[in-house]
Amino acid sequence: SSDLGHALRTYSPSPYEGAPSCSTADLNKAVLESQYLRYVTKEVGSSHWDEDVRQEVCRILEEMSQNLQLGSIRLMAYTLTKVLKRLFTGIFVNMEGLNMLQQAIQESPVILMPNHRSYVDFLVISYILFTYDIPLPVIAAGIPLAGMKMVGEILRRSGAFFIRRAIGSDKLYWAVLSEYVKTIVRKGCAPLEFYVEGLRSRTLKSLMPKLGMMHMVLEPYFKGEVYDITLVPISISYDRVLEESLLAHELLGIPKPKESTTGLLKATKVLQEDYGNMHVNFGRPMSVRRLCQGKINRCQYNLIPRDLPQKPSAETQACVSGLANLMVRIQEEGSLISPWSLMACLLLQAPTTVLTQEGLLWHQLTEKTLWLRKLALDFGAHLNWPGQVPDLDVMSSTVTLHRSVVHLKAGRVYLVREEEPVRKHPISPELDVIRTAAAVLMLASYRNQSLHVFVRPCHAHFPIYELFAFFWFLRDIFSNEFIFIPGKSSQDFEEACFLLNKCGAVDISEQEVIVSDARLEVLSFLQALLQPFIHSYQVMFRYLCEDGGNVFTEKQVLPAVRNRATKLILSGELHTYEALSSDTQKNGLSALQRLKTVTKSEQNEYRVNKAAVRRIDDILCESAYFKYS
Amino acid sequence: MPKYTKPPSHLQEILKWNGWGYSDTRFLFNKKGQAEFTGKRYRLSGMIIPALQNWFEGTFGASVQHKSPAMPILTSSAVQPPTLNEAFVDELKSTGIPCSHDAEDRVFRGHGHCLHEVFALREGKVGRVPDIVVWPNCHNDVVKIVELACKHNVCLIPYGGGTSVSSALECPPEETRCIVSLDTSQMNRILWIDEKNLTAHVEAGIVGQELERLLNESGYCTGHEPDSMEFSSLGGWVATRASGMKKNIYGNIEDLVVHVKMVTPQGVIEKGCQCPRMSTGPDIHHFIMGSEGTLGVVTEVTMKIRPMPEYQKYGSVVFPNFEQGVACLREVAKQRCAPASIRLMDNEQFKFGHALKPQVSSIFTSFLDGLKKFYITKFKGFDPDRLCVATLLFEGDREKVLQHEKQVYDIAAKFGGLAAGEDNGQRGYMLTFVIAYLRDLGMDYYVIGESFETSVPWDRVLDICRNVKARIIQECKDKGVQFSPLSTCRVTQTYDAGACVYFYFAFNYRGLSDPVHVYEQVEHAAREEILANGGSLSHHHGVGKLRKEWMRETISDVGMGMLKSVKNYVDPKNIFGNRNLI
Repeated sequence: SSDLGHALRTYSPSPYEGAPSCSTADLNKAVLESQYLRYVTKEVGSSHWDEDVRQEVCRILEEMSQNLQLGSIRLMAYTLTKVLKRLFTGIFVNMEGLNMLQQAIQESPVILMPNHRSYVDFLVISYILFTYDIPLPVIAAGIPLAGMKMVGEILRRSGAFFIRRAIGSDKLYWAVLSEYVKTIVRKGCAPLEFYVEGLRSRTLKSLMPKLGMMHMVLEPYFKGEVYDITLVPISISYDRVLEESLLAHELLGIPKPKESTTGLLKATKVLQEDYGNMHVNFGRPMSVRRLCQGKINRCQYNLIPRDLPQKPSAETQACVSGLANLMVRIQEEGSLISPWSLMACLLLQAPTTVLTQEGLLWHQLTEKTLWLRKLALDFGAHLNWPGQVPDLDVMSSTVTLHRSVVHLKAGRVYLVREEEPVRKHPISPELDVIRTAAAVLMLASYRNQSLHVFVRPCHAHFPIYELFAFFWFLRDIFSNEFIFIPGKSSQDFEEACFLLNKCGAVDISEQEVIVSDARLEVLSFLQALLQPFIHSYQVMFRYLCEDGGNVFTEKQVLPAVRNRATKLILSGELHTYEALSSDTQKNGLSALQRLKTVTKSEQNEYRVNKAAVRRIDDILCESAYFKYS
Repeated sequence: MPKYTKPPSHLQEILKWNGWGYSDTRFLFNKKGQAEFTGKRYRLSGMIIPALQNWFEGTFGASVQHKSPAMPILTSSAVQPPTLNEAFVDELKSTGIPCSHDAEDRVFRGHGHCLHEVFALREGKVGRVPDIVVWPNCHNDVVKIVELACKHNVCLIPYGGGTSVSSALECPPEETRCIVSLDTSQMNRILWIDEKNLTAHVEAGIVGQELERLLNESGYCTGHEPDSMEFSSLGGWVATRASGMKKNIYGNIEDLVVHVKMVTPQGVIEKGCQCPRMSTGPDIHHFIMGSEGTLGVVTEVTMKIRPMPEYQKYGSVVFPNFEQGVACLREVAKQRCAPASIRLMDNEQFKFGHALKPQVSSIFTSFLDGLKKFYITKFKGFDPDRLCVATLLFEGDREKVLQHEKQVYDIAAKFGGLAAGEDNGQRGYMLTFVIAYLRDLGMDYYVIGESFETSVPWDRVLDICRNVKARIIQECKDKGVQFSPLSTCRVTQTYDAGACVYFYFAFNYRGLSDPVHVYEQVEHAAREEILANGGSLSHHHGVGKLRKEWMRETISDVGMGMLKSVKNYVDPKNIFGNRNLI
């Protein structure tokens, strides 16, 4: 009944500039009649704005457009209250962030930029804003959601607008979408919410931001159509993610179920479990005007009509990419790190056989976790470690919450592998590897939640004579894997040295970095943290140099690398199961593309320069097997 | 000491030395705290303005209790003794042309009306000022003066009406030569009127209102009415590319000028005929117009004249919001049916205008006002905090004016505009002349402000207005201004391809240690914002020294080179050394 009361509460937010929110029809009309679309139509070949094109645009708009309605929001609020209460012990929101947001929304158009770790994210922001009387956002969503019976329409009425996945070279679609987004920002009809990472992260690690939407959102500022735009990075952190096992399987090449309403209903069994707490941290609202100061010359639009379609200048591209990466970094910094994530870091550093067979000593793990907690705090992490409860209780209740991944028995911790159905034949060694890998990847994704805290120092754990070279090399190789803000490598390096110095792992004096012997513990932890990635990339690189042909497609290469990795694991030559993750493999491939050792043709075929890959592998090898003396 | 002679007519005697306009005319808060406008020169003169105090205190957070009065008189000791070039002075005196090195005369010609200039005068601070003032009586006098200046290497700064707002009259502090202010005020005759071609040949020192008065006596007018026309001179208009309120009918100065004579260090430049248009290479008038006193002195101008209009009618339209108002002006421009003048004030200026309503004499008028307000806000649902008003002036023969009026009101109605009466329109234009006096009132109570202008393509008008106003507010906040500023604008001219926008900006500076510096920083930021939004560096105020830093990006390197090479040829010794423009 109080849930119903919440859903029916009086809702009267103060919008931007006191302007009344514009109706769906007004918005669509403004897009349809925009000068920009006229120009684009001419470009796509239609000599004049004829009826066919107009109808095509209307069709696209109909498929795309949101239809935010208060009634649906109330329904959504009611349902969500029920669901969220069942799933989570609590949802925590930082009130000072929410207050700043409330203020910001009245001053300029606001872009809400949450990270995306679970389907649950989707309406949670709207739900919170509804609860605190803040104008509701319109939300960019993937088109598959629109296809779900009923649910698609409910989402649409809750403010979702839908974007096709592969837009490719469909200029007209691209133009309609871009004008639609820009009109929302220009008019300030509603806050706009979108996932700058583009997708839900399968690994719980931040993804490299996608820039298309970011360009659309920022352009009204660059062109002076609005005075300022406010970006609000939002970090959603889960103690436990609903999709944990699905995600791990997806990474192993088992496809995710298609988004469908029946699928959603089937998934109700996940509703029976406990997922701990959810933390939503609204970041400090950031003024695009201030962020772009000195980076964008707005006069560049003075000599051509602003509606004329144009490729963004190099300066603009660099600025947009810098901002997008910055937002992801702030999302990372704003996320709360659970004790479980720290434990996952440590569990993964134990040999897998220990975890699956003899078990890891509980007291060893707890001691090490407390040590890591201090290190994380030194590195400036936001920990979610309950203070009132004894540390040991915190850790054991954490393990209880994650009984799907580990279990504690007789003072030892074991990795939980999925129950296998009873079979006639014994399970093949290959399938057994997959079973272990699924559990390891789940563990890895929870480790990934705190990876950003350590990743910069990780790249700098080398002695001085190699340090600079290695740092840049690794940052370069791994810039698809971890978020680094482009062009900020010296800052990253300085930060890394500062942190290492702060935790006492190194003494930096007179431009010399000296490893203090007593602190090898930190350095070997950092080295071990990075090792799975280095080894996984090596599997990939070696496959490319040795086994594969000169030309291949992604569809060929991923299973082949997975096979090779499986063989290496079985023969005991490879110790990390993470090499089986398609995400890591794809990132490795992108890195090679970026370094121009692999080139992609228009037919989506890759061509590899084997000698160059081998050279990269050699350096990677050096950095991986470096031993402290 | 050499003997000096002063010219017979001397406008200086009836003008303020440290503020705007006539000495007998000013705003003040009387003992009851009510605002009053003194003197007899304007329609508002001698009237009580009951709402001004409230508006003033409410808008600026100022108080009539907190005064910041100006120094009443200039102390001669504040003025540095003149650097005189004795040889030049001796020869000058032998020509019999009047001149003076009196401190007051020199100070009077050492400034324009930028905020920092007036603020310094009110504090009794005087920087580098001209060393001698000279009053040529005709073109030939100017020729002699320029020859002597070249011969003795002294610096000449032409002076017309002194209404510059671009630091153009400031003496460059680095100038070590004797600086001579060449005051054209005695060259104020109409030399002839050519009724067959409708032109008048006029000496360049004549001020606007005098020119109109004299022409009116013969049944003609130029129709050129810049807001400063009471004091600004014909030569000044040419030198800055001035624009008049009624340019839609009569054109801007470049459209009005048929022939110009200018004295330069290389000699006199002029065309050989008085033809309406020529294809003879780049128009040499365009080296002269906008040269801002860097190349020579404009002495005589042939201007187009028109018969005085048979009929004039003011008008006004209220729009529900500024966006609609701009859309209406754009449509009017598109249909090329703009009246003599059409101006659109934003909501803040609309309220400001209201605060300047004089006390009404009859209950009936105030009842009518109340009724009008009720009709617009309650019946028509206009939001008093969003609505804005356009003022109109129609001119021509009666029938055509009425027809034209209907056309414009019909367009306005399409954009939600409601006709709001002649009276509101007329008051709007009257305020143009009065508003400059208001700045002095503000300065008596810790409020400083200024106006600046730009021109911008139509599609950017709304954006530039919003962004510049917001930038001003933000910069004030960032720079530590304790009270929220007045930041307002109006669209004052329409063209085929764009419009001219005027910004007013003022703030209460209590609590600031260096208010003028803060003011300058904010104005600088506002100009950057204008340029970033596709606006021009200036529509009609000119560049002077205030906006020089942006010239290169405004006209490109080659453009700068062209201007510099002209300067180098015409004035290699930099006799006209005010250092404006380039």
